[in-house]
Amino acid sequence: MKEIILIKNGELALKGLNRSSFESVLAKTIRRRFAQLGKVNIVCQQSTMTIDPQEADFDMDKAISVLEKVFGIAGFQRAAAVEKDMAVILDTAPKYLAEQLESISTFKVEAKRSDKKFPLKSPEISRDVGEAILNAYPDLTVDVHNPDLTVTVEIRDNYAYIRGDQIKGAGGMPVGTGGKAAILISGGIDSPVAAWMMSKRGVVLDAIHFASPPFTSPQSEQKVHDLLAQVAKYSGNIALFTVAFTDIQQKIRANCPEELFTLIMRRFMMRISNEIAKNNGCQALVTGESIGQVASQTMPALACTDAVAEMPVFRPLIAMDKEEIIRISRKIETFDISIRPYEDCCTVFTPKHPRTRPTVEMLVEAEKALDVDALVKEAVETARFEIIK
Amino acid sequence: MEVYLDNSATTKPLMSAAQKALTMMKTEYGNPSSLHRKGFEASRELENARQIIADSLSVGSECIYFSPSGTAANNTAIFGAAQALKRKGSRIVTTAIEHPSVQMCMNYLETQGFEVVRLAPDKSGNIDVEKFRNAVNENTILVSVMAVNNEVGSILPFEKLKKIIKAAKSPALLHIDAIQAYMKLELKPEKHGIDLMSLSAHKVHALKGASALYVAKGVRIKPYILGGGQENGLFSGTQAMPNIAAFGEAVKELGNVNSRYEKVSKLNAYLKERLSQLDFVSVNSPDNALPYILNISVEGIPSQVSVNALSQKGVYLSAGSACAKGHRSEVLTAMELSPKRIDSALRISLSFENTVEEIDYFINALKETYTEIQGTGKR
Repeated sequence: MKEIILIKNGELALKGLNRSSFESVLAKTIRRRFAQLGKVNIVCQQSTMTIDPQEADFDMDKAISVLEKVFGIAGFQRAAAVEKDMAVILDTAPKYLAEQLESISTFKVEAKRSDKKFPLKSPEISRDVGEAILNAYPDLTVDVHNPDLTVTVEIRDNYAYIRGDQIKGAGGMPVGTGGKAAILISGGIDSPVAAWMMSKRGVVLDAIHFASPPFTSPQSEQKVHDLLAQVAKYSGNIALFTVAFTDIQQKIRANCPEELFTLIMRRFMMRISNEIAKNNGCQALVTGESIGQVASQTMPALACTDAVAEMPVFRPLIAMDKEEIIRISRKIETFDISIRPYEDCCTVFTPKHPRTRPTVEMLVEAEKALDVDALVKEAVETARFEIIK
Repeated sequence: MEVYLDNSATTKPLMSAAQKALTMMKTEYGNPSSLHRKGFEASRELENARQIIADSLSVGSECIYFSPSGTAANNTAIFGAAQALKRKGSRIVTTAIEHPSVQMCMNYLETQGFEVVRLAPDKSGNIDVEKFRNAVNENTILVSVMAVNNEVGSILPFEKLKKIIKAAKSPALLHIDAIQAYMKLELKPEKHGIDLMSLSAHKVHALKGASALYVAKGVRIKPYILGGGQENGLFSGTQAMPNIAAFGEAVKELGNVNSRYEKVSKLNAYLKERLSQLDFVSVNSPDNALPYILNISVEGIPSQVSVNALSQKGVYLSAGSACAKGHRSEVLTAMELSPKRIDSALRISLSFENTVEEIDYFINALKETYTEIQGTGKR
């Protein structure tokens, strides 16, 4: 028996003239993610995409777990594709859906007949398939209003498709349809969630990490790698730029007022990220900041960091509570990586009493003690580049 | 240059031990429980290794039980003793500075209704015999103490404990975690009335994945890993023959404790001498500590930062106290060191393979580190 996957691409279907190009981005993504599983044929019809594996040993279970992480998919279903012969359909339906039928008590059958030459009409197909299922599972009852399982039989041009429940997709838009942005990633709980959320809206990600050896350890860089690798399961490959930040931190510490340390540091991060993002065709920066979470994330503080950015700075977590952020990080399985106990560059040299209501003027004045442009230039030029898969 | 000064974490295997393991994997790969020739050959290697370990402690080979790790040995000793003697009493005496593989067992036994007394060390990082005398009573069923503290190297009075147990008319078994002491101090468990003693292979230039528990003649403890009955039922599970044979090989080659002890004592003296010239370094280990371990503090630089910086220069050692964010070391706290000093502690642990040149290289690396990041540490 041949098995295929039917994909409902949800939000995409609402798009106008861009729809077909969005769909082809989604198809390309699926093909790439399936590279190791084997060749597939992908056909788009109306708002449904059909994935038809071309290899005999194609691992359907793995394919499903990959698809669950592809943005732009509202839901999908595995379906048996059988000959358009009522005898075959009646024989296959109870067997193919055995696993689902065994764990429910009520069901209904829905039939769709787009091939109008098929001898039976939709209600007749429903009735016969329902009977076949009841014969195989006499304990079940039919409930057309609120069934535990809806069995769908669809008669199309080449095959009849039999399918059970829909599996929920990752939602959002296909990655690549929403532009490109650079995420500032620390190793904490928030930034990977922010990255995932942007990716969900179809944004391609570059990542920028600031490392401060020896104050930060090789383990903390590994942690960032592992976090991005987890996000990459959803977003696809991520280009990571690791910036050597120790020198800048030490210079700020030696020459600027202590209570402004964190903010001056954040402004350096913004400037450096801005340059790297620009050089790599990004149209925005993304951070995991949430308003009021720490001193550098108060509204005046955010205004001070934004003042040095030349492109939009997106903060998808801005109005979320820590609890909500943690819930997502558990869902996307970055939480356990984030809580590994290694210091990141933000916790090195933290001032005892940071300013919570700074002004841009205050910071500009303090930064006069440093050769800002030269420091930024060197940091950008020495950043290490790698691809996280 | 690479300088490895973390020998209390693990040691570099001797070439002979590595070779032995390879032979075991390539030709003598049989299961020692099998009845054919391949199995018999493996079992001969197993008994050979057992004999070597037994000889190193001057005990009979029937007292040596191989286990998969030091942690498994400590767990079995403690749970096994508590199970076996639970009808005779409920008090267990241990120290506040044990390895987690002892501490965690004690915490668990406490939830099971045992009374656990954890003796705190004094300013010198040691625990006075009198404290044990006061803690052990008729109701005590187990005394579990490390021979050498893994953080500062203090040598605990483990050789005097049996007398105290006897004087208190206690039925207690005496368990010594000798993992940091084995092949560094001469250990005579029979002479000192030790009932249970844990050893580990990878701390003595053999491989990870093998370890041994000494169980004195006539002492019965309950196993807590059940299965095929290997190691006389105490550690069920097929013996890790490459690791066990390498363990025997390493102990055989290391031979006598004294010559290495002398060499390391001289290195330790030289190290202390060089460190005394650095005014930003203070020594935390007591004077009479085991020379293999030296705990120091580097003024103003958090432990982890020193570890990272020295690691970049090819010098490998441990942070003296677990983790700046976690709780502070029990030993260093008990020694009444300031929090700042504890948070900047480093543990240097030597091997007989270290050289004067390596110490010089380390001292230079430490000086450089201090100059590079002095005073920039967290306030």
